Amino acid sequence: MRFSAASTARFLGRRLLSSAVVLLGVLVVVFAIVQLVPGDPVRLALGTRYTQEAYDALNAASGLDRPIVEQFFSYVGGALTGDLGVSFRNGQPVTQLLLERLPATLSLAAAGIVVALLIAVPAGIWSALREGKVSDAIVRLGSQAGVSIPDFWLGLLLIGLFSTTLGWLPPSGYTALADDPLGWLRRVALPGLTVGLVAGAIMTRYIRSAVLDVASAGYVRTARSKGLAPSVVTARHIVRGALVPVLTIVGIQLATILGGVIVVEVVFAWPGLGRLVFDSVSARDYPMIQGSVLLIAVMFLIVNLIVDVLYAVVDPRIRLA
Amino acid sequence: MSDTTGHEKAAATTPAAQAPSDDGGTGRVASADTGRVAAWRLLAGNPVTLVSGAALALIIVLSVLAPWIAPYGINDVNVANALQGPSGAHWFGTDDLGRDILSRVLVAGGTSLRIALVSVAFAFVVGVPVGIVSGYTGGILDTVLMRVVDVMFAFPVLLLALAIVAILQPGELTTMLAIGIVYTPIFARVARASTLSVRVEPYVQVSRTMGTPARTILVRHVLPNITGPIVVQTSLSLAFAILSEAALSFLGLGIQPPSPSWGGMLFNAQGFISQAWWMSIFPGAAIFVTVLACNLLGDGLRDVLDPKQRTLAEQRRMR
Repeated sequence: MRFSAASTARFLGRRLLSSAVVLLGVLVVVFAIVQLVPGDPVRLALGTRYTQEAYDALNAASGLDRPIVEQFFSYVGGALTGDLGVSFRNGQPVTQLLLERLPATLSLAAAGIVVALLIAVPAGIWSALREGKVSDAIVRLGSQAGVSIPDFWLGLLLIGLFSTTLGWLPPSGYTALADDPLGWLRRVALPGLTVGLVAGAIMTRYIRSAVLDVASAGYVRTARSKGLAPSVVTARHIVRGALVPVLTIVGIQLATILGGVIVVEVVFAWPGLGRLVFDSVSARDYPMIQGSVLLIAVMFLIVNLIVDVLYAVVDPRIRLA
Repeated sequence: MSDTTGHEKAAATTPAAQAPSDDGGTGRVASADTGRVAAWRLLAGNPVTLVSGAALALIIVLSVLAPWIAPYGINDVNVANALQGPSGAHWFGTDDLGRDILSRVLVAGGTSLRIALVSVAFAFVVGVPVGIVSGYTGGILDTVLMRVVDVMFAFPVLLLALAIVAILQPGELTTMLAIGIVYTPIFARVARASTLSVRVEPYVQVSRTMGTPARTILVRHVLPNITGPIVVQTSLSLAFAILSEAALSFLGLGIQPPSPSWGGMLFNAQGFISQAWWMSIFPGAAIFVTVLACNLLGDGLRDVLDPKQRTLAEQRRMR
């Protein structure tokens, strides 16, 4: 059966529309963060010692002295044009501060995904092909352990082993990839391993499950019954068939890492978005909290949208659902 | 923390919340006619589930009894005795202020379990009715509720929890509320998905045709038939609630000192990694073992209680 370009366009349109609705909801929630603070957010941010001038200036700059409806439309309008206000802490534009932090988080997420794939693809396939054997049980228990381990504890253990005891790698700090690729690699190794081990454990479970599902599919049975060698069946039919669900889980994990590296960035003093969220929450810098929450949520939405679209392109059945 | 394409995306936020089922590995399945008794026998026959259940029971007992069995006071500062390694007097050693780590780990366990339990109960009490009503009623109400859920899923778990903490003051109640709110949409989705499949069952259709009120159908027919996936979700959510609480406390935004928390103890241990490994090993291991026990128990329960997943597992074994 062939699927027309029209069905693809309809699917894309529907998917984009639902993303837009969710985006609007996200904007409402992000806007509400400041409105829901009990008391005066400006006063909270300034602490106990400040002058009336400083208060008036910050209050006017944040727009919090205007009616709430006006504030909302102004925030949404600003957000859509890339203006997220100014930081309570240092008066710099939120967007600029976010863009400065983005590369660090993206490079950590990339390192994490590479580590996760290196673990999960072989472990997942191997475990599925040995279903029910001792080696499968070990992989399953290992992946369950990886899912259950707190990432910040894993980070501390890795620092204890590779930095404090062996002295092989720096315990924290950041070097930009573009400035010094080797220095970046040394510094990203431990946080990347921390993120990758946890993400890899989750991916292993999905890949194992995807391979098992494909291995019982009709076309694989046909391939086997035609007398093809098991290795050929595995390589050509099972692994290829399992690629689609694996693609999804890689995308989902990427989105999760982008939004979930807060604690790991704090442990390793990695100057990314996660660290920025943490610092902003601690300092009650509300425009900064709003901006970073919005950016992370939007990245999450975009990655999910891309995964869905790719999925629909690879597997036409999705478009008809 | 981790369902279908849309649902799986949500699941990503709570790693293995909806991760694919492992098939338990007992090789035995309940036949349709033996019902619940066989299901429980299957559960009891799985050594991993048994061990994890026993471990969890032990952790709960120790945490509840902590105030009585802890060998020292949680805030007994004794600087002269600081940073002592594990010994007969202090099994888990002492921290930088000379406080007994074992006592603090035990008491922190009680706090951690209490927060996990209350926050998951909150998510359950709000999420399950929303999911059932949404799935059963359908139409515009379903669309609106599910869009709200979609919006909540657009925020990674810890990020949403942090935003809630930023609004309210950090503390035990805020932590419970933050984790509870974050996990509510997961319960709503699981309950809705299960309700959708039960709604089309003949016994529900017949009840409807006979004019049974919706409320009676929901309570008598729908609810009892969707308990499996919800029980499984509860067990897995407990695991991730413990992880979330630990992360928040590690960041200094959960349980506030001097009350001990596993996450807070780990934060404190950061500065002493080279001098006192025990400061980070024991609280971390406590989180890890508790979460692992909840997850393994959740997996075991899923094999027995989630009929759809069990059918898949059965099919695989039949192969």
